[in-house]
Amino acid sequence: MTTNNKGFLQSLWDFFCSLKLAISLIIALAVTSIIGTVIPQAPNIPEQYIQSLSQTKLQLYEKLGFFDMYHSWWYILLLYLFTVNLVACSMKRLPRVWKTVTEPSLTLDEGLEKSLSLTRDLKLKGGLASLKDGLAGFLSKEFSSPVVTEKDGEVHLYAQKNPWCRLGVYVVHLSIVIIFIGAIVGSLFGYKGWVQITEGTSESKVLGRNNKTIDLGFAVKLEKFSVAFYETGAPKEFKSILTVLENGKPVSGYVNIPIVVNDPLTYKGITFYQSSYGPAGEGGTFFFTVKDRKGGAPIKITARQGESVQLPGGRTMHVTESTQDVRQFIPQMSGPAARIEVHSPGKQPDSFIVFRNFPKLDEDRGGDLIFSYDGSDEKFYTGLQVAKDPGVWVVWFGCTLMVIGIIMAFFMSHKRIWVRISSNGRVVVAGSASKNQPAFQGAFEELTAKMEKL
Amino acid sequence: MSSSMLFNVTTIVYMISMIVFFAFLATKNKQIGLVGSWAAYAGWIVQSAAILLRWKESYDMGVGHAPLSNLYESVVFFSWTIILIYGIIEVKYKYRVIGAFVVPFALLGMAWAQLGLNSGIEPLVPALQSNWLLYHVITCFLGYAAFAVACGISIMYLIKERQESSDGDSPAGGIFSMFPAIRVLDDLNYKAIMIGFPLLTLGIVTGAAWANYAWGTYWSWDPKETWSLIVWFVYAAFLHARITRGWVGRRAAILSIVGFAATIFCYLGVNLFLSGLHSYGK
Repeated sequence: MTTNNKGFLQSLWDFFCSLKLAISLIIALAVTSIIGTVIPQAPNIPEQYIQSLSQTKLQLYEKLGFFDMYHSWWYILLLYLFTVNLVACSMKRLPRVWKTVTEPSLTLDEGLEKSLSLTRDLKLKGGLASLKDGLAGFLSKEFSSPVVTEKDGEVHLYAQKNPWCRLGVYVVHLSIVIIFIGAIVGSLFGYKGWVQITEGTSESKVLGRNNKTIDLGFAVKLEKFSVAFYETGAPKEFKSILTVLENGKPVSGYVNIPIVVNDPLTYKGITFYQSSYGPAGEGGTFFFTVKDRKGGAPIKITARQGESVQLPGGRTMHVTESTQDVRQFIPQMSGPAARIEVHSPGKQPDSFIVFRNFPKLDEDRGGDLIFSYDGSDEKFYTGLQVAKDPGVWVVWFGCTLMVIGIIMAFFMSHKRIWVRISSNGRVVVAGSASKNQPAFQGAFEELTAKMEKL
Repeated sequence: MSSSMLFNVTTIVYMISMIVFFAFLATKNKQIGLVGSWAAYAGWIVQSAAILLRWKESYDMGVGHAPLSNLYESVVFFSWTIILIYGIIEVKYKYRVIGAFVVPFALLGMAWAQLGLNSGIEPLVPALQSNWLLYHVITCFLGYAAFAVACGISIMYLIKERQESSDGDSPAGGIFSMFPAIRVLDDLNYKAIMIGFPLLTLGIVTGAAWANYAWGTYWSWDPKETWSLIVWFVYAAFLHARITRGWVGRRAAILSIVGFAATIFCYLGVNLFLSGLHSYGK
């Protein structure tokens, strides 16, 4: 029973240590990841897409978790298997590599000499002691300081460069595990939320995933929101001016902080990102000047959002929509504009746009009343993404480690030189590099050629 | 002198370089090969000047930004990075003939940009107003370019391998006799990927940092992000496959070509077919 058990554990261990499993898992992750890029993912699934699917397909997709596939049990399982595989592979191979790094073979015995492809026999003049000092000095100057070992009447020199780069692969593997840990920390102790704040008001609660309300423990006030456009009508800047309030009082250092896209505000580990904006749709007031085409003094009109206003001659008007900059809709125009609807008794309602920057324009419309738009005190809301992620630093640490590990693994090579000096003046030099052996061969030949002239 | 004129010159010079490289293949004349590389480098210098000039032009227009912000600018930059990586590999490993299989990628990019894409200089929308744009785009495209070079080398590998197996060991060997030995091509394929993989990793990391700065989440499984991970997986598989026997040579070359196809889909396919954060200019 015990042996059987051991056999099972051993084969399980061997299974997870295998590089074939690693390649299979990596390819499986790559292939399955495609699914979620083709099928829309929650919560952004368009209604039409759902309707376009047949019942069987819909049920199948739902069962397989394809609509939130990166959080589906089987994808997570793949990631776990990948992690276990990664750790097992590293644990199996690390001790041997560690030994190569920390306990290099300091002497060039015959077995080692045969295993190396770069060896050279030199005939040098001088005694054992002078050759030892000469070659040690030479290696220190040209390569790196050697370790000197005397054994059986022979002197061995061992010099190496970048031994630690052999650990690069394991640094990369470790960094992946650290990034996963950071992601788990973030998902356990952090949250992503959203909040909508109207100008002049404050909010202390944000909406998290699954419509859960999260209390921030402090409040954020939107002092002002502004939006700017380029001449082409493309958006240039969305800016919220925020103040952090603790117990209703502004926190010093967090008053009137402008935040724009790519420049968020962080307070107590919670970060607010500019995300969207819009008219608050409440309390907005629009100002117009109305002139009768037949003459008479112009009248100032104040129209509140959603309210019908009386005009001369039994007519009424209301504002149907408005914008702070019309350029995004009509590129050749600029500035604020409002679409108004005028109802005349016994006639079809008349809907048209008036522009603040072009007050004369409405004359050309030919209506009995000539409108000009004087602007609004319409309030905006700002939509802010709210994120708390205590794991993000762990993730950045992992990423940095990954880059360092990759540089160690790919761009550095562990180079070793052994020299054996016999008492008869025979000197054997051998070398090896963990990477790019052909390039090292050139350097080795150059080095031994110089040695020969010593 | 405008940047668009210089870009036209670049396109023509790359075309000349490609034709000369093909002549090099046909004639096996080393002098002709030298002219092919020189033409590629000359085109690259003109292109560098054009990119800098376009940068300056955007400042003259009052919307100054690095010319890396839309599809046109990215395709031009991609083409520039391909020649850069090719140059590095050529100077380092001295296999000029690779140019015949790499310069066409750069030419294709330039021709498409000049003929098919909107070359207007546009101001930066708020999401792109960040220094991360520079770090992210430069690292990603250098990575993509290294994969393009690896793909060109892999195509050479497959041609050479087929030609060797059909010709037996006849010494003449047709126009492909000047290809490096398949062992060398296999090695160069790995070397190019060893340049590309760290750069792609940096590209993904800088992209994640930028996303975290702009949206508060470093990873949201957006199609672009996911595809960059898929590409990363393919090349990670490639690098690990090298350690096991049997995944060198032909299979490695095929995996490299698959990897570049995934790279191109990540770069263009995602923008054209899938929706997400990277749909340029939308």
